[in-house]
Amino acid sequence: MENVIEMRHITKVFPGIIANDDVTIELRKGEIHALLGENGAGKSTLMSVLFGLYQPEKGEILKNGHVVQINNPNDANNLGIGMVHQHFKLVHNFTVLENIVLGAEDTKHGFLYMKNARKKVEEISQRYNLKVDCDALISDITVGMQQRVEIIKMLYRDNEVLIFDEPTAVLTPQEIEELMQIMRDLAKEGKSILFITHKLNEIKEVADRCTVLRKGKYIGTIDVATTTKEEMSEMMVGRKINLTTEKTESHPTDDILVVKNLSVSKKGHKNPVNNISFSVRKGEIVCIAGIDGNGQTELVQAITGLMPILNGTILLNGKDITHASIRQRNVSGISHIPEDRHKHGLILDYPLSYNLVLQRYFEPQFSQHGFLKFEEIEKYSEKLIEQYDIRSGQGSKTIARSMSGGNQQKAIIAREIDKNPDCLIAVQPTRGLDVGAIEYIHKQIIRERDEGKAVLLVSLELDEVMNLSDRILVIYEGEIVGEFNPKEITVQELGLYMAGSKRGDTNEKAV
Amino acid sequence: MSDILFLFQQTMFFFIPLLIVALGGLFSERSGIINIALEGMMIIGAFAGIFFIHFFQQSMDPQICLLVALLIAGLSGTLFALFHAIASINMKADQTISGTALNMFAPAFCIFVARLVQQTQQVEFSNTFRITKVPVLGDIPFIGEFLFQNTYITNFLGILILVLSWLILYKTRFGLRLRSCGELPQAADSAGINVYKIRYAGTLISGFLAGMGGLIFIVPTSTNFNADVAGYGFLALAVLIFGQWKPWHIAGAAFFFGFMKTIASAGLPFLASLSIPNYFYKITPYVATLIVLAFTSKNSAAPRAEGEPFDKGKR
Repeated sequence: MENVIEMRHITKVFPGIIANDDVTIELRKGEIHALLGENGAGKSTLMSVLFGLYQPEKGEILKNGHVVQINNPNDANNLGIGMVHQHFKLVHNFTVLENIVLGAEDTKHGFLYMKNARKKVEEISQRYNLKVDCDALISDITVGMQQRVEIIKMLYRDNEVLIFDEPTAVLTPQEIEELMQIMRDLAKEGKSILFITHKLNEIKEVADRCTVLRKGKYIGTIDVATTTKEEMSEMMVGRKINLTTEKTESHPTDDILVVKNLSVSKKGHKNPVNNISFSVRKGEIVCIAGIDGNGQTELVQAITGLMPILNGTILLNGKDITHASIRQRNVSGISHIPEDRHKHGLILDYPLSYNLVLQRYFEPQFSQHGFLKFEEIEKYSEKLIEQYDIRSGQGSKTIARSMSGGNQQKAIIAREIDKNPDCLIAVQPTRGLDVGAIEYIHKQIIRERDEGKAVLLVSLELDEVMNLSDRILVIYEGEIVGEFNPKEITVQELGLYMAGSKRGDTNEKAV
Repeated sequence: MSDILFLFQQTMFFFIPLLIVALGGLFSERSGIINIALEGMMIIGAFAGIFFIHFFQQSMDPQICLLVALLIAGLSGTLFALFHAIASINMKADQTISGTALNMFAPAFCIFVARLVQQTQQVEFSNTFRITKVPVLGDIPFIGEFLFQNTYITNFLGILILVLSWLILYKTRFGLRLRSCGELPQAADSAGINVYKIRYAGTLISGFLAGMGGLIFIVPTSTNFNADVAGYGFLALAVLIFGQWKPWHIAGAAFFFGFMKTIASAGLPFLASLSIPNYFYKITPYVATLIVLAFTSKNSAAPRAEGEPFDKGKR
């Protein structure tokens, strides 16, 4: 079969880090080729090189057998290479159509001419079953639709090599299913797809071949159909990975976190959290399971103090913290691994060391008479980096923004766990992370439980829910609709409760 | 009736320059470059334009003289804006600091040059540019009296610039690209748009309009130029914010502020009998600015990438 793209011996160096070290990859026409690797393995960098965002120090790129020079996205586009970035490149206050045509606009008498563009977009949307509303503003549409806009953007430019950079990280399970189908359809139409991911299930489902990178180095290319998930994960991480989490029976004791009749209001909507009561005991992992947008975010923000509550009480170790400030909650024993690590977890433009003392900088250990003790902060930060294996280009001084997602998350987890909390609240702690990091984070969470902490886990991934929790509370439209022991319920049954088609009467029992 | 006519025409003196300068700020900020140097650009533009008028108005038809002076004012504003562009686009300087530096530099430069060329720092000129009555149009009852008598060519220019700005920003390829650079330059970059070029264009257009606006402000309200435009560049910034970075809103905001300024300088003729102390009129524009911005800046529609030097690799 002919190769549409060949990247030969690509080497790309960033300050302090070799992102790609002599990597070679071949993409055949009409295939879905997965690019597998841990966070920071250099997958995104390699694709950015192909897309012309970075220039490699060494190596060459061949398109249909000819050496080509790709200096910028325009060159890539002219060669028929398009990319859907992990963080969408869509202008929030432009319409869908404006975003699609941006950079490739038609004009008539000097003015924008959208009629042909609209027709073409409608054709594409029909042909590949990519439903979008041309006139909707980006800020008003769902993440799933935004991704479809990105895909149409590539097809609008008649690209034949499509790069997807971790496309499923931000999607709900149904949207992922749709995307997989779209990718299959595109490949059937002769498009060649490069698909960056670290989710083995997705590779198994759609990819034909898979190239594995580890720490910037090329490990190998395999045929997906004849390789097991275990083999792939071993290639990716460099050691055997246990895909199911091992843990012992839990022995919960006293109530740590008690939530009574909690409601949260939202202007113009029905209460996102409505009269919820539950408790989390010492030494157990309680998981709130549910489909995204059923009040999980609001519930956690109410408990951690990020959002005001309508009524109800929150007790921590028997102490009423309903009206306590965020800092009071933090120092009295709540740790929070937030859902949105960029928004609530880190100050992206601060160095790692500052981020690691974000909730503790005022303690005598780190400051004196209002002045920070930089050496102490540095020392502490080095300790955590070492202990939690946080990888970064320049150690403590690394700006958080420049770190990979997995290492940003590790930093947050290090900070929150090292505070030695009584109650750890983790919201989608493994979202967008690779198996190595997931395994690590799961282990940390179980260790916290075994050390007698109360853990409240919010997750959208059913695998994670079933694997990790000792008790499952299902949330639906802001209410707890069922409480289950993970050993006594199947994933299918759980799904019915999450979708609201079944309802238990366990709400009172949960208190 | 004549009171209203008087207030309206006075308002135009303030409205038109505010409008043009704020639209100038609009082009720069929608491309992602904060431009607090509007004041400095106005001063430079006014200085160059007035200097030209000072030397050539005896030998030229006044309207042509004014048009040429406007062009010169615009071009010198553009040249001045080039410094801001180089500092904030190429050298990725802090745009607020770069703007502040230019604001401090402009009046000093004007005084220096004026004293070098002539002995005094004031540049004198005589106002021969008023159009008493536009032929035909000026005879239309009511409308003619308001719009086409005792007017300046710059009033029409201002309205033309408003319409053009709206067309360019929202109906052309350049406008779409400019706006994308102010919101998410990474999106523009990945669509193959040269963010640097667009930001240069935005900043230079801004300089052209601000320079012209400086001259337009000085001509009807004064007979000499003393290296000062009375804080109008900053007022134009307030207009830009109050106008939510949108051309028609900006026009409304500029008119509002222009009217407030008129009250401050002329009072309200039909309230003359109340003999309210002058001070109250004088403070109205500032009080109005405070109140209006306090209430409207909450739902700010500022371009999201404004003030951030473009960084390709930003996640």
